[in-house]
Amino acid sequence: MTMIDTPMTGPIKGPEGPEHHPDHHPDHAHHASPTPIGFWIYLMSDCIIFGTLFATYAVLGNSFAGGPGPKDLFEPGFVFLETAFLLFSSITFGMGMLRADKGDVDGLLKWLGITAVFGLLFIGMELYEFRHLIHIGAGPDRSAFLSSFFLLVGTHGLHVTFGLVWMATLAAQLKWKGGLNESNTRRLGTLSMFWHFLDLIWIGVFSFVYLVRLV
Amino acid sequence: MATEALHQSPPETWTPLFGRLTWDWIPYHEPILVGTFAAVALGGLAVLILMTYFRLWGPFWRDWVTTIDHKKIGIMYMALGFIMFVRGFADAIMMRAQQAMAAGGAEGYLPPHHFDQVFTAHGVIMIFFVAMAFITGIMNYVMPLQIGARDVAFPFLNNFSFWMTVAGAILVNLSLFVGEFARVGWLAFPPLSGASFSTGPGMDYYLWSLQIAGIGTTLSGINMVATILKMRAPGMRLFDMPIFAWTTLCTNFLIVAAFPVLTATLTMLTLDRYIGTHFFTNDMGGNAMMYVNLIWIWGHPEVYILILPIFGVFSEIVATFSGKPIFGYKTMVWATACIMVLSFVVWLHHFFTMGSGANVNAFFGITTMIIAVPTGVKVFNWIFTMYKGSVRLETPMLWTIGFIVTFTIGGMTGVLLAVPPVDFQLHNTLFLIAHFHNVIIGGVVFGVYAAVSYWWPKAFGFKLDDTWMRRSFWLWFVGFYFAFMPLYALGLMGVTRRMNAYMDTAWQIYFIVAVFGAVLILGGIACGFIGGFVSVKNRKALACGPDPWNARTLDWATQSPVAPYNFPEDVQVTGRDMFWKMKQDGFKWSGHYHDIHMPKSTSSGFVLAVMATIFGFAMIWYIWWLAIVSFLGCVAYGIAHTFNYDRDFYIPAKDVEATEAKDALA
Repeated sequence: MTMIDTPMTGPIKGPEGPEHHPDHHPDHAHHASPTPIGFWIYLMSDCIIFGTLFATYAVLGNSFAGGPGPKDLFEPGFVFLETAFLLFSSITFGMGMLRADKGDVDGLLKWLGITAVFGLLFIGMELYEFRHLIHIGAGPDRSAFLSSFFLLVGTHGLHVTFGLVWMATLAAQLKWKGGLNESNTRRLGTLSMFWHFLDLIWIGVFSFVYLVRLV
Repeated sequence: MATEALHQSPPETWTPLFGRLTWDWIPYHEPILVGTFAAVALGGLAVLILMTYFRLWGPFWRDWVTTIDHKKIGIMYMALGFIMFVRGFADAIMMRAQQAMAAGGAEGYLPPHHFDQVFTAHGVIMIFFVAMAFITGIMNYVMPLQIGARDVAFPFLNNFSFWMTVAGAILVNLSLFVGEFARVGWLAFPPLSGASFSTGPGMDYYLWSLQIAGIGTTLSGINMVATILKMRAPGMRLFDMPIFAWTTLCTNFLIVAAFPVLTATLTMLTLDRYIGTHFFTNDMGGNAMMYVNLIWIWGHPEVYILILPIFGVFSEIVATFSGKPIFGYKTMVWATACIMVLSFVVWLHHFFTMGSGANVNAFFGITTMIIAVPTGVKVFNWIFTMYKGSVRLETPMLWTIGFIVTFTIGGMTGVLLAVPPVDFQLHNTLFLIAHFHNVIIGGVVFGVYAAVSYWWPKAFGFKLDDTWMRRSFWLWFVGFYFAFMPLYALGLMGVTRRMNAYMDTAWQIYFIVAVFGAVLILGGIACGFIGGFVSVKNRKALACGPDPWNARTLDWATQSPVAPYNFPEDVQVTGRDMFWKMKQDGFKWSGHYHDIHMPKSTSSGFVLAVMATIFGFAMIWYIWWLAIVSFLGCVAYGIAHTFNYDRDFYIPAKDVEATEAKDALA
């Protein structure tokens, strides 16, 4: 979704260049950037994709077709650690945002780096789990339950992967393309929303896919 | 039918370089397709030669392909819609001709495997690439002008959305000449559409073209909601917006809420076909009825996505040509909002026969009937707007009246179908086909013609030829009744949809009347195109000012054709029908212009869509190396695009002044 932050016909900037304060020019000065609300709307549409996948899991979650069920496959300790990594990455992202507020690009990059490490650990664990399940014959083609499990968890994992690629891109831009200028700050804000959103979705996954099925 | 079709498919072979694409998949033994291909190739060649001869490639690239101007993108959506409309209508008249012939043991001229592709392609094209393209085009062109904006909220995204839609359309058309299309009906219910019963690339063409176009549609929905919420002219409250802007807002809320469901559902079907998951299969716990539920949770809002903006179009037209403000503005807005919400709680009426029990069916039957209430409010509002108005029967108004009559009939047959016991009789019969063509043609298609004849002078600075457009209307209007009233009768006799041939010769006369109607409609389409050409030829004589209809909304305060920046300065909005007010107050621009901040054109959207088309093609034909390369190409190009920070420029105030002065002279 990085392409959503194209400059718009929004705040008019003077002929002096983009850093010029918009208030001096009455033409269209009233428009705040539409990016935050546009990104919110995108997140809501993404939420509906996840909603559809949760509903699918709810419908198919007991269709084991004679194959293994949640209690045979999921290990609470493993999933708990995985969850902890992702939740911590949200905290560290928040720390980065605090640095960004202070205009401290180096501090921000440091915290983004830590966030990315947590994100990578999460993705690594998920890949390990998937590989293990496929290895023991519990792949997505084994039963409808496993199809819906792999799709829901995998879609979340793809989002996290996308977030990591975005984070790397933005880190490069923060370092070499003007630091915390207007565009990069806007992008950082949307990435932050995206990252916390994925955390929220994961809390749903953790609760409904793993936790209640293990009780 | 399926077995025969399977029989005709070339054997499955796979090579690393070309996947499963072999020469056997080029349908050179089918005379109809060879003829079509020859016509398309010659036509294409003629266009290439003419464009080269007149040196149009540069302007085409600079002014159209890379443009981020919402007006030009809107016009390109309309062009895409009309091109695909020709294709979709060709499918339609082929089916009508087949069914008029194939009675009492006669086979007609279309073999079943071809007929099944034709009805699938007809539905897919008409909904996704004609109706969607048209309404997106109209919303793109008109909505930003109506709210006094310079452009949409995310102009580059708009360009990208358009080209992704084109990518999907290209894949659908490619299936004519390379391989085959799906033989499953426009919603592709499994298990028929699953891996076991739809082998071959046809079903994969369906999936990838809809997924790629769907990305464009979802992003365009986000874009327009953000535009309406954030880009309105100073002083314009939501309840000051023209009705069309309201219906655009509601439609795009529906797009944002419904299309993700389609994306998720088609993804599951794709996974079933590609990696052997069991979402909708008959075995291993899969549930095919879940697909039917999910696809209609998208599909029912989809029909309101198509009709709501058209309701907006008619609201603008009826107010303008009655010389009155729209009757019951607030009830119009609330009716739109009610329809928006209710459209999500009626999906099960598409499959009462699933057997969910009397109570569930009763619930969905009642919610469906309730939708008729806000729709009825709208119909009465349009009629009361005309009441005691000074009605001018220009062509947009003809379409509007034709719509009110036709759509009301279609709405009433819809209420009949909403009664579950009646639906058990009529489910999947031609009565249903007649019903939804009644509302989609009577609503969306009439609305598109009305919108084109209404806003054409705004887009190009001259009116459409009145005589030809009236001919077009009357042929369409009469042709519609000839083509679809017989289908109601046939449906009541129990004739099911999608039949390649039938034994009962008593039905044949109805089908012959229907094909006659289709020929009249063909005449209507032809007159429309002729009208377009004649108007372009006579554009000097047909030239008109910026406000040829004495209209009421801000879109008409601009020049015709509209300048790139839309409005030379901000409009301070103080209420509804703002342009009408401005005219009462003797409106003139101040003449003290500022530099205007504009987004720059970019080729990124086009390049990404080209790579997406290649990716789709590679996935359809199992050419894995190409799929990987094109996917990585998309990602890399997308990332590279974000490193371009030089995305805007300024139109100097003196240029604005010059443009406005030129208009004042003309």
